[in-house]
Amino acid sequence: MPDTMMNLHSIAAAVPEIYLTAAICIVLLFEAFVGAKRPGATGTLTLLVLVVGAALTVAYADVAHRVVLFDGTYVADPLAYVLKLAGFLAVAVALLYSRAYLQNRDILKGEYYVLSLSALLGIFVLISANSLLTVYLGVELLALSVYAMVAFDRESGVAAEAAMKYFVLGAIASGMLLYGMSIVYGLTGTLNLDGIAVALSAPHNLGVILGLTFIVVAVAFKLGAVPFHMWLPDVYDGAPTSVTLFIGTAPKLGYFALALRLLAHGLAGVTVDWTAMLAPLAVLTLVVGNVVAIAQTNIKRMLAYSTISHVGFILLGFVAGTVNGYGAALYYTLVYVLMALGFFGVVILASRKGFEADKLEHYKGLYRRDPLLALAMAMLMFSTAGVPPFVGFWAKLRIIQALWETQHLWLVVTAVVMSVVGAFYYLRVVKLMYFDEAPESLPDTVRSFGVRFALGVNAAAVLVLGILPAPLLDLCARVIH
Amino acid sequence: MLVEILFYIFATLLVAGALGVITARNPVYSVLFLVFCFVNSAAIWLLVEAEFLAIVLVLVYVGAVMVLFLFVVMMLDINLAEIRQGFTRFAWLGWITALAVIAEITGVIWRNGLGGVDVGRGFVSEPANYSNTLELGRVLYTHYAYPFELAAVLLVVAIVAAIALTLRRRPGLKVQDISRQVAVRAEDRLRVVKVSAEKRS
Repeated sequence: MPDTMMNLHSIAAAVPEIYLTAAICIVLLFEAFVGAKRPGATGTLTLLVLVVGAALTVAYADVAHRVVLFDGTYVADPLAYVLKLAGFLAVAVALLYSRAYLQNRDILKGEYYVLSLSALLGIFVLISANSLLTVYLGVELLALSVYAMVAFDRESGVAAEAAMKYFVLGAIASGMLLYGMSIVYGLTGTLNLDGIAVALSAPHNLGVILGLTFIVVAVAFKLGAVPFHMWLPDVYDGAPTSVTLFIGTAPKLGYFALALRLLAHGLAGVTVDWTAMLAPLAVLTLVVGNVVAIAQTNIKRMLAYSTISHVGFILLGFVAGTVNGYGAALYYTLVYVLMALGFFGVVILASRKGFEADKLEHYKGLYRRDPLLALAMAMLMFSTAGVPPFVGFWAKLRIIQALWETQHLWLVVTAVVMSVVGAFYYLRVVKLMYFDEAPESLPDTVRSFGVRFALGVNAAAVLVLGILPAPLLDLCARVIH
Repeated sequence: MLVEILFYIFATLLVAGALGVITARNPVYSVLFLVFCFVNSAAIWLLVEAEFLAIVLVLVYVGAVMVLFLFVVMMLDINLAEIRQGFTRFAWLGWITALAVIAEITGVIWRNGLGGVDVGRGFVSEPANYSNTLELGRVLYTHYAYPFELAAVLLVVAIVAAIALTLRRRPGLKVQDISRQVAVRAEDRLRVVKVSAEKRS
């Protein structure tokens, strides 16, 4: 069987996954023999693992063309390369921010890092999935790791409740995904996404639409689109903030890839149908996300609803159904991950031992207590609201441009109106920080230099990428074609 | 001919067992019926020369999963009357769904046949040196090597997650420390006391 013969050179493009699998085992063993005696050592090792992983990815996975490996179940292309680097970066930054937080809550354990790495592996599997089987395994690997992370603080009843909700609803979504996949498999006779795309480009059975419906529901659930969003605010609110930071950032890259690989590639033959299904979902998501966020008094819940509204924008990129639309959605996803790292990072840095800065009122007068943190948060909030010259503006603009090109006028109007509604609650945070008096003496923010420097770079990146948007925009347009 | 007769015997028992699973009033009986179903399915798999799958079904499902099920069912104190209450309220919905599915399946088979599957073909036995285990391994470690390894990682993550969430190290627990027990020396535990003999008075 010559087609299944592999040598080490031919699987070089799969280095990120292979390396990460080995690294998970090493970190697990390290925790068992060394980390248990020296708390924090495992965290340092994990950061090192991520840096080395990014370097190996640059060295081996930077493919010029689409490479299909492992008998068609794995694909490496420039898009996967960019998303994987972003994944390494997002997880590393998230773990860097959360270290002090974990220590303060006695959950600084090696398993936390092992689970983060396995979640990252799940994200990579999704990014490089080229078969329904790998898509499903990626979804499960990511979800299982994340459920456990949400429940990681065993003393917290709220976290256990959130994990339970997440687990049960996630199982339903997985069931939906499997239903849809089995119908599509039954009608096309192949698990391979390339094969499905070919089969659906010819005249096909109407039953595919039934399978497609299940798949769209599962994708909408995983992304947190209305009306499948109910789990999201509870999980974001109930989970420890470090976990909220984690699940709010890197997994979005994986779920973006899930939507792109499944819908835009595998089911490209029925694009008309799934864009018609996604359009109302996207509009509902924008409206509910932005309007409900206004009523929140808990900043984690507010940011959760804000996430929902951003998911609406990403879905709008898919609704456009064009290469430009997908490129805009990719750009939006990357920019959103950058901003989410920043604002959840601020929430983590404002919290201390025994004090959770999760109410909006905790941010009153933050400017006087910690001007740098307040400045970073203000920049991030302006960017999230889509105010130029910050990068969030370009992200929204690209989506709207893509919709304009495809004559979706109503969607353009909705997107613009909802951006204005969203600006209200983002700017309210800025108002609280700069113009309100602090109600009582609140504990100091985290002052350690390394983390604050990283957050500063994060906030500065939002501004710099906003002033010089061309490189990232070109990159996104180039890798999707 | 013999194979056909055996197939029908096992298939009948399987269907009867499956009916037992959903009609038994006592959940413990349901679980035992399910064990019965698995054993019969394993027998049918043996008939089509899939001996590896048959053995795995018995070892893993009957031997491990169902025993665990039994434990759970016996340990949980389920009030059956409470669960049954209001159950029949939605029975009509179940009936409608079931009938709709049956109608759909019948309709599809009626219109399209079985899609080229020849049901009258019967069993075709493989050559004498055919090994089901070998064939499975050949597919798993070539075409499906990547998903297979991923499934393995998934199991590792499940173990790590389960242990991280449930293992508690509370102080003051009376647990055995095997290495300390093994390393113990006689002089730690045994004190030889010299007792001088006394004169009988």
